[in-house]
Amino acid sequence: MHAVVSIKQVPDTAEVRIDPRTNTMIRTGVPSIVNPDDRHAIEEAVRLKEKFGGRVTVVTMGPPQAREALREAISYGADDAILCSDRRFAGADTLATSYALWKAVLKIAEIEPIDLVLCGRQALDGDTGQVPPGLATRLGWPQLTSVLKLDEVDFAGRSIQVHRAVEGGVEIVKSKLPCVITCTREINVLRYATFPNMVRAARYQPSLWDKTDLGIDDESQIGLRGSPTIVSKVWAPLRRQRGTTQVIDGSDPQEAARSLARILMGEPAEEAPVVAERGTDG
Amino acid sequence: MILSAPDRYDVVVVGAGLAGTAASYLLAKAGMNVLCVERGEEPGTKNVMGGILYRQPTEKIIPGWWKDAPTERPIVDERLWLLTQDSMVQAGFRSARYGEEPYNAFSVLRVKFDKWFADQAIAAGATLVTNTVVEDVIRENGRVVGVKTGRDQGDIYANIVIAADGVNSLLSKRAGLHGELAPNQVALVTKEVINMSREKIEDRFLLNPNEGATIEIFGDSTMAMLGYGFIYTNRDSLSVGVGALLSDFIRKKINPNVLMEHFKNHPMVKKLLEGGEAKEYMAHMIPEGGAAAMPPVYSDGILVVGDAAGLSNPIYREGSNLALISAKLAVQVCVEAHQRGDFSAHALSRYKTLLDESFIMDDLRAYSKTSQFFQKKPEFLEKYPGLLVDALHELLTVDSVPKRAKQRKILRQVLANRRPWDLAKDAIGALRSLT
Repeated sequence: MHAVVSIKQVPDTAEVRIDPRTNTMIRTGVPSIVNPDDRHAIEEAVRLKEKFGGRVTVVTMGPPQAREALREAISYGADDAILCSDRRFAGADTLATSYALWKAVLKIAEIEPIDLVLCGRQALDGDTGQVPPGLATRLGWPQLTSVLKLDEVDFAGRSIQVHRAVEGGVEIVKSKLPCVITCTREINVLRYATFPNMVRAARYQPSLWDKTDLGIDDESQIGLRGSPTIVSKVWAPLRRQRGTTQVIDGSDPQEAARSLARILMGEPAEEAPVVAERGTDG
Repeated sequence: MILSAPDRYDVVVVGAGLAGTAASYLLAKAGMNVLCVERGEEPGTKNVMGGILYRQPTEKIIPGWWKDAPTERPIVDERLWLLTQDSMVQAGFRSARYGEEPYNAFSVLRVKFDKWFADQAIAAGATLVTNTVVEDVIRENGRVVGVKTGRDQGDIYANIVIAADGVNSLLSKRAGLHGELAPNQVALVTKEVINMSREKIEDRFLLNPNEGATIEIFGDSTMAMLGYGFIYTNRDSLSVGVGALLSDFIRKKINPNVLMEHFKNHPMVKKLLEGGEAKEYMAHMIPEGGAAAMPPVYSDGILVVGDAAGLSNPIYREGSNLALISAKLAVQVCVEAHQRGDFSAHALSRYKTLLDESFIMDDLRAYSKTSQFFQKKPEFLEKYPGLLVDALHELLTVDSVPKRAKQRKILRQVLANRRPWDLAKDAIGALRSLT
């Protein structure tokens, strides 16, 4: 079995700052993590390896600092990791990203044939979920998105059956191998890295593949040039109106209940023995 | 899955603070197979230091370190404040010599510095595993042969374990080297990093660009507990903290947060912090017992360095230097032990000998005396600052009273509070305890 996991390093913050001029995310100075859905994809691949034997190769496209995400993947039990990094990849949208990753997957397959490609369902930052379908389309492989469970995996018979999350229910789908699978967080429970894998990760140097290594001659397919997507506007939803918190003295339960009832009935708050009042963020 | 055989190392270092990273770096340089295990996500995320790192001792580990390392500001101005509720007596030393190479000290933010320092150790060949807690030592026939981590297949075997896991070292406790620390052997320090623009810092602290100042603040800053407050200037933030002996917090029933608020709201301190935005909040213990409270620093297969060994000299704001030098001595002993193939307590006792011969133990013995003296004499903190302020107030108030009469009045006030015999004893005692 050879599973390839395509991951993404994302900024670890709920408060993503946006450059007001370019409308793109400011990534400098924000700590990075492996995209949460992708961690489940790595875990699923490692579980397959434990069950069937074989190898797990992790690949990402990103700046040199994405090495850290790949090291983390090694600590979770991946065997090899490849960083596709080139200045000319910069500014890629999902179309250009799937192009570079497609080239990377083809090259990995030359080294060892691939049974399946696993990805996270969507990334914490972009949230589009478009790269895995793009990859599947370019590979000409079936795609199974939003997978909740790998039901039956038959490497000899070249088939797989999975549970997919669909609107209001679960869909059981069977597919040929190789295919592309995108994992939800429900697919498995993450495990802590073992100590030997932590040591291996600490010493691991991911392979670095640039444009030439991937055999990309046509620069119109990659980076900003290969990205037809235009972000016209990004804005944060308006904050809700600030409310207030009232703390009711609970020393006398009956009186506390009466106070609560008075407040809920809309009587003036002054009458209630409110001991503290403070604003909260919605 | 194939289970890998337990790893075996020459030395495993527990903790990637200053002592642990210095040890890892020097061991790797000496060609040893060294593994360093750190519980934080990255080095520097779990430790707390006021924030001053000295140039010379750090050069004993990496010559010229300050040219590459992320430092904040070289310290050119060191001030000492003694506060009462409404007054301040100040002293200080400022020198342009400290503002140029080779410098004396730098303010640092450990999150940045430790990451850099650890990268040097990794580049030298050490392996650093973060995010991993060491929970116990592994013993065989009574001697320490490795450590247990909290991870699966987490037993690590080594010829020597270096405990660099900080104050209240879990590892040396597990190794049976010491029990729980007494409350009068540790200080509890609360610290905040407060953001402020460079220009504002330079204006307020009278600094040229890229110059730094330190202020150590005694007296009312600690609510008459044994300890002090501090303000150190970083590039675009201030490190502000206050600490006191744990036993004093207990005795006076004061909560550390209350002390911090009291300190920050003192009129003299408040003015310096005004308009700043608190960015980080942290608290930590500092070993305060000096030589008297030090655990045994070696046993069969284990050496203890830095804060874990109780190496700190708070009155001179030293600790980082002791951590670095102790690591260097421990590494020397590790290398010798490997040459002989002898990791017994007897072989490792050489580390204690080296410590004894260094300035470290000399200073720490003196510090024990100082700490014990001031613990026994709470009047130094409770009475003398007020007497000094009243005396200066009397002397410097221009009110058409002859100076001789003023001096007599001051003397009367002092003697009303303390008998001549006690005054003399206190003065001699304080001098003795400090020298």
